[in-house]
Order: sequence, then C-alpha cells, then structure tokens
Amino acid sequence: MSASAQAGSSPGVPRRRLVGAIVCAVAAAASIAIPLLLPMPAYSLNLLMQASTYAIAVFGLTIVLGYTGQINLAQAAFFGIGAYCVALGTTTLALPFWIALAMGVVLAGVAGAALGLTTLRLGGHYLAMVTISFQTILSLVLTNWIPVTRGPDGISGIKRPWVFGYELTDSGVYLALCIAALWIVGFFVWRLGHVKLGRQMQAVRDNELAAGVVGVDTFRTKVTAFTLSSVLGGFGGGLFASGFSYISPDQFSFAESVVFLTMALLGGVRTPFGTALGTALLILLPEWLRFLKVVYLAVYGAAVILIMVFMPEGIWGFAASVVRRVRGAGKEIAAPVPPLPLTTRTAQASGEVLLSVRKISKHFGGLKAVDEVDLEVRRNSVHALIGPNGSGKSTLLNVLSGLYVSSGGEIVLERASIGSLPPHERAARGLGRTFQNIRLFSAMSVLDNVIVGAERPGNPVEDGSVQNLARAALGFVGLADRTQQSVSSLSYGHQRRVEIARALAGNPKLLLLDEPGAGLNHVEKDELVALLKRLKGHGLTILIIDHDMNLVEKVADHITVLNFGRHIADGAPGEVLRHPDVIAAYLGEVKDRAAA
Amino acid sequence: MGIALQLLFTGLGVGSIYALVALGFVLIYRATNVVNFAQGDFAMLGAFAMVVLCIDLGWPYWLGIVLSVIAMALIGALFNLGVYYPLRHRTFLPVIISTIGASILLENGVLAAYGPRPQSLPGVFASQGFSIGPVFFDSQYLTILAVTVVAVALQYLFFERTLLGKKLQAVSQDKEMASLLGIPVAFMIMLTFVYSATLGGLAGILVAPILFVSVQMGASIALKAFAASIIGGFGDVTGAIVGGLALGVIETFGAAYISVPYKDAFAFLVLFVFLLFRPQGIFGERVAEKA
Repeated sequence: MSASAQAGSSPGVPRRRLVGAIVCAVAAAASIAIPLLLPMPAYSLNLLMQASTYAIAVFGLTIVLGYTGQINLAQAAFFGIGAYCVALGTTTLALPFWIALAMGVVLAGVAGAALGLTTLRLGGHYLAMVTISFQTILSLVLTNWIPVTRGPDGISGIKRPWVFGYELTDSGVYLALCIAALWIVGFFVWRLGHVKLGRQMQAVRDNELAAGVVGVDTFRTKVTAFTLSSVLGGFGGGLFASGFSYISPDQFSFAESVVFLTMALLGGVRTPFGTALGTALLILLPEWLRFLKVVYLAVYGAAVILIMVFMPEGIWGFAASVVRRVRGAGKEIAAPVPPLPLTTRTAQASGEVLLSVRKISKHFGGLKAVDEVDLEVRRNSVHALIGPNGSGKSTLLNVLSGLYVSSGGEIVLERASIGSLPPHERAARGLGRTFQNIRLFSAMSVLDNVIVGAERPGNPVEDGSVQNLARAALGFVGLADRTQQSVSSLSYGHQRRVEIARALAGNPKLLLLDEPGAGLNHVEKDELVALLKRLKGHGLTILIIDHDMNLVEKVADHITVLNFGRHIADGAPGEVLRHPDVIAAYLGEVKDRAAA
Repeated sequence: MGIALQLLFTGLGVGSIYALVALGFVLIYRATNVVNFAQGDFAMLGAFAMVVLCIDLGWPYWLGIVLSVIAMALIGALFNLGVYYPLRHRTFLPVIISTIGASILLENGVLAAYGPRPQSLPGVFASQGFSIGPVFFDSQYLTILAVTVVAVALQYLFFERTLLGKKLQAVSQDKEMASLLGIPVAFMIMLTFVYSATLGGLAGILVAPILFVSVQMGASIALKAFAASIIGGFGDVTGAIVGGLALGVIETFGAAYISVPYKDAFAFLVLFVFLLFRPQGIFGERVAEKA
C-alpha cells in the first residue's frame, strides 16, 4: 500500500489517490462529528476512547517496527509515562492538562531517545531485551515508589483539558478530541512513509548494511524512529489518563506492551491504516468473544503465531496484496525525464589520482585477508581488481566502503583521508557501490530503492527533483518502465541493474562494483558490458572486481591483481594478463572453479 | 561473614536456575539465530507437570520427574513444529514475535486449565538440610546445584565426545554446509528444541519447591536468564552459566543489602551497564555482518 501510493506514471494512480483522500476526509469528519452530535452510552464511549488513545500509541510501533524494523517491547511503558505525567500533573501538581501532556510527551521522548542511543548500535535481540528491561523497571517503580506514584492503588481524579474556556467534562466531546488527534497523528505517520526520513527508515529495515553504504546514517535513523515512537506512546497515554480519570500501574505492564505489539501486527504494521484496524479489532474482539473469556488470552496467543505464519503483513497487508493481484499491474508508460547529470559530462582523462590506498590491511584474527595493499585509481578511468577466490578482493572493497574497519593503512579520496569514517559518511563524500550478493531494499518499489540512493547526503541535487533523478538513473539502466514494481518481483539481472541505478542516482565520484557479472547469463552479461562501456564513455570513475576475464578485458583501463591478500601485479590489461605470476595464480584456480 | 556466605550459597542456587534456562536460550540461539521468548514457559510447564502428577494424581516423586521430563521433550518437539518450523526461512523478527505469541498461549492455556491460584510442591528430600557453622545448607538448593553441575558436565561430554553432538555443533555453525554434508538440519534443530525444553522443564521442576508454582513464574525466570546470557556473552555456553550464577548472586545480595521490592530490577540494571560498556558480555566476541 505504502509503495503504490507514490505518485507514479501509471495512469490510474492519481485518480485513485484522490478518491482515497476524499474517502479519508469524509471518514475523519464523520468519526469526529458522531460523538459530538449523537449521545452514546458510557460503555461505548469508554471502548472508543480506549481504542483511539491506544491506536495513537500503536502508530508509534508503525514507525519503529513497521517502517524501521526495530522491535520495541516497551510501548506500554512510554504510554505509562505519558499517562502518569498527565495524572500527577493535573492532580498532585495542579498543572493545566496541556502542560502536563506536553511534559509527558517530552519525558517519553527523552526516555526513548536515551534508550535508543544506548542500545540501537546493537542487534535486534538486544533491543528486545533492553526494552523488556526498561518496561520491567518502570513497572516496579510505578508500583513501589508509593510517595510519588501512589503505588498499586493508582491515581484518581485526573482532570480533563480546557479548550476555549470550556472544560471537556462531556465524554463525547473529549472522545471527538481524541479521534481528531488520532486522524492527525495517523496522517503524519502515513506521510512519513513517503518522505525522505521514512524511506531511509524502510531502507534500514530492509537492508541495514546497504542503507549505510547508500548514505543513510542508520544509527541516527533508528534513534529518530525510536524517539518518535516513544513520543506517540506518551501522547496516547496522556490522552488515555485524562479520558478515564483513573489509572493504575497494571495498565502499563509488559503484558500491555505485548498487546500493543499484537495490535500492530494483527492489522498490519507497515501502514497506519493497518495498525488502526488492528487496534480496533483487538479492543472490540474481547467484547465479542466474551463467551471465550477463560481461554480468550490463549486464543489470542495462538492468533499471534497464526498471523506470523499466514499473514506476515497483517490483515491490511493481506487485503492490499489481494487487491493488487485482482487489479493487476497496469502497463507503465515511461514518462520523459531529464538525463542523468553524469551523462551530461564527457570524459576528460585527467590522469589525476582520485582514490589512493596505501598499505591497507585487514586481518581476521591470524588471517591476513588483505595485507599491505597499495592501489591508485585515476579519475575517469575504469580500474579492475582481479584475483582468484579468497585473494582478498571483496574484503578490500568492504574496507574501502567502510563495512570493515581496516587493521592498518590509509585510504585517501580526493586528498581527504576517509579511512576512519563510517559507511554513510564515505557515501556522502561520493563513494557508491554495489554488492556481489545483491542488497536491495526488498519490500520497497524499484523507484523508492533508487530514490534512497538519490537522497544521499552531499548529492548535488535540489530536493524536489530526486524523483526525476531516480527515474533518470532507472532510464539509464533500461528500467524506466518498471518503477512501480516491487524489487523482489524483478529477475536477478534486473535487480542487479536496479542496484547499479541506486548507486548512479547518488552521482558517485567513484563507483565500486563488486562482481557485477556474478550469476548473470550470457545475454545479461553482454548488456552489463554495454552499460559499463556507456558509463566509461561518460567519464565515471569505476573500481570493478570480477572473476570474468572477458568482462574485465573489455572495460578496464588498468588492472591490479591480488593473491593471498597481496598485490602481485599492476598495469594495463594486456601486459598484466600475460604476467607469469598472474597466470600461475589463475592456473592454480582452474580446478577450484570447475568444482564450484 | 556468616550472612555473606549464606547469601552466596542461596545466590548460587538461584543462579543455577538462571543458568539452566540461559543454556536453553543459547542452544536455540546457536542453532536458529533466534531468541526463544517462551523459554521461561518451559520451566513453568515443567513445574506444573510436577504439580499435576505428584500432587493432583499423587504419584511418586521420582515417577513425576521422569514423566515431566518426557512431557517436556514432547512439548519441545511440538514447539519446534508449530512455532519455529513454519517460519524458519524468515528473518528473526517474525520468529521472535511468534515465540512471544507461544508464550502468551502457554501461560494463558495453563491459566485457563488450572486457575490463577499458585500451587506449592514439596522438595525432593524430606530433610530440610543441615548447618555447617553459620551457613545453613538447604537440601533443595544443594539439589539444584548438584543437578546443574551434572547437567553441564553431561552436556559438555555430549557436544564434545559424541557424533550427534558434533553434528549439532556443525548445524549451529553453518546450516548450509551441514546440510550439504548430509546432516538432517531440520531434525537437528528439532533435537535442539527438545533438549532446550527439557532443560527448561528441569529448571522448573527444581525451582518449584522454592517458589510458588504459578503461570507467571516462567516469565521472570526467562527475563533474568536472558539477561544472564547477555552478561555472559550472548551465544556462549560458558557465558550463560557464569552469567546465570553471577546474576543469582548479585540479586540475592542486592535484595539483602539494598532493597527487597526492587530485587527484580538489579538484574536489569546490571544488564544496562553491560550493554553500555561491554555489549559483547564477559566471554563474547564482537562479530560483524559479512557483506
């Protein structure tokens, strides 16, 4: 759903978006007007109040889990922080509701940022554990810090807000306020999925390593997502406390965090429509399933497993995929786009050194995968790095792009040392790359994949035109009519071209290609050679690794040969390939290749 | 001094339980790269099996233990088939969530069948224990320590000295390669679940006479065992044992000297400190993802 809403060139899309916007506006207006105008029994009011405030907190999970792929098992804790701030603020401290709410939102955000900053460098399991720990500690504090939190008895008499001089004592009016907040937050969360930050979050989710190499500051993106999520938790909790005027610690326990998580997953965590649907269902379901009361929670646990197995994208995601299948992929008409900036250049072989690598090493324990290698790549040249399996080519490339920390040596790009920078800052300096085992953002559309590349920091392009830039890059690799497809539906050869387009859209000064020919058939390989020749013609500087001598000979100006992590030959293709050491190294590899 | 020794003894006893559950975590993690959030519920199920067999049915204690362990092995196999196997090709996130779902299912299934009232189970030995100087050696704590030592020793021999153990190690190191060598990977993972569930169940059986047997007992044991395995170095067998013992001791001393209501918070505070300053734990090594 999120991907297909991108403004596309498929003819039905703009009209469909307009219809969607109108439907949403009408639904929003109606859902706000009904509680204002129609009297409702207190029971329904309470259910709806719970559903709308919970849904705001669950939207936080859309951001952190749905968009960014980071688990958060403490959303009830952030919800609780917001709720306790409003409760204590309006009772003990006698503050106005809005100030107490602002306190709750800020405090939840600060707690989320602190938690994120300390743990998001670690993998997902740690985050799961840390959020559970935070949740457990907060529950203990709420229960045991009796002088402040009033302990297990909870807090009653929580005040309602004043709006334009009126206190919203009428629950119908307060519910209308909550529903309005729900729509506003929901809209922002939906929008987030279609702007730069949201795309970067999704890139981190789909392939964190590739996101870093493309220029996304993955750590900052994750911390931002986590903070936003906790802010929404606090906001929902504040509204909840005021709505019910009474809260107690057990409403914010680990079990509730699990309920929040299930709501998000059941409906579909990748879009706010799904999360809202899941929240509504899980609040209404217990009412409908009263006859199951004793086993309700057991059924619920089983439902979580079944959703994961059969509907990994939740009800909304499942429905959306059915709709997509019924509707079918409309024929895309490739819209005319301005050419790729690099294609407006012409080659001027300056001979100036662009990348200079001095005595670079990478050791894994006792293994010297790369051992004091020197390398110079000249501007506007295609430089090939070859060598048998295990000679350290890919390791060297990973050191260059910052995925591995070098064990020694220096990397200089345009006279600036980049050897100690993280991958995204190297990307910002103009280093682009592709991967041997393709690393695309698998759940995003072809166009969005390339837009993430175009949005790299330092890319000389105005904000509005990244889409055109991405289209131009896709056009250059011959995929102008595939922009709206999901990348995972493309063939292997096309996926490789999307990866190259993603790197090109960032206008790299130096493009690193890690075995671009691997796994391609003859036809695809010929197309690749043609593409590389065109890039070479436009003067792009390329460092390419490949096994295929044919391919390398056709495009390279200069070849460096590695064996056992050491540099064994260097020079123009003709002479290097006749070098006795090179022949020996390769003859030694013939039988390995046959075995592979 | 006497009190400190007494606390150390108690702490090691509690820590052994964490260590047994942490071992279950680590073995499943090594085999599947996934953290099983229902690991603590295996302990809870083991304890409830004992209550059903020995108290409700009045069968002899030893028979209860044997049957409970067998039941846990079966549950481990079922757990593997229902919760892990269908998701084995997905990323870790759906699997984690699926194990959380399983945890909710198991806890509430037992709750529905058995009600919320905590049960109690007598110890293995009739004798309460004995004193040496100022330290009282409780027989149940001694049993826990002894069983843990034996279990760890047997596990070591199994993994290092038997072909099946080596195959399991191979699977945890490289599934594809293991499968190419003709090792039935899916079956090996099933065995890992069976073994982990048995180990968890054993921890539950051992700890039941000390704690009340309740549906929530597993969750708090599991959280601390997981914390213990991170402190020890995640994925490291020795780390799980050392981390579990250390956590038991820290918690016991913390409750005695600092605060009883916040007893459960100490484990997590220690965990935070480790995650901040030494996220790879005591024995762990930092590993980077391969590009």
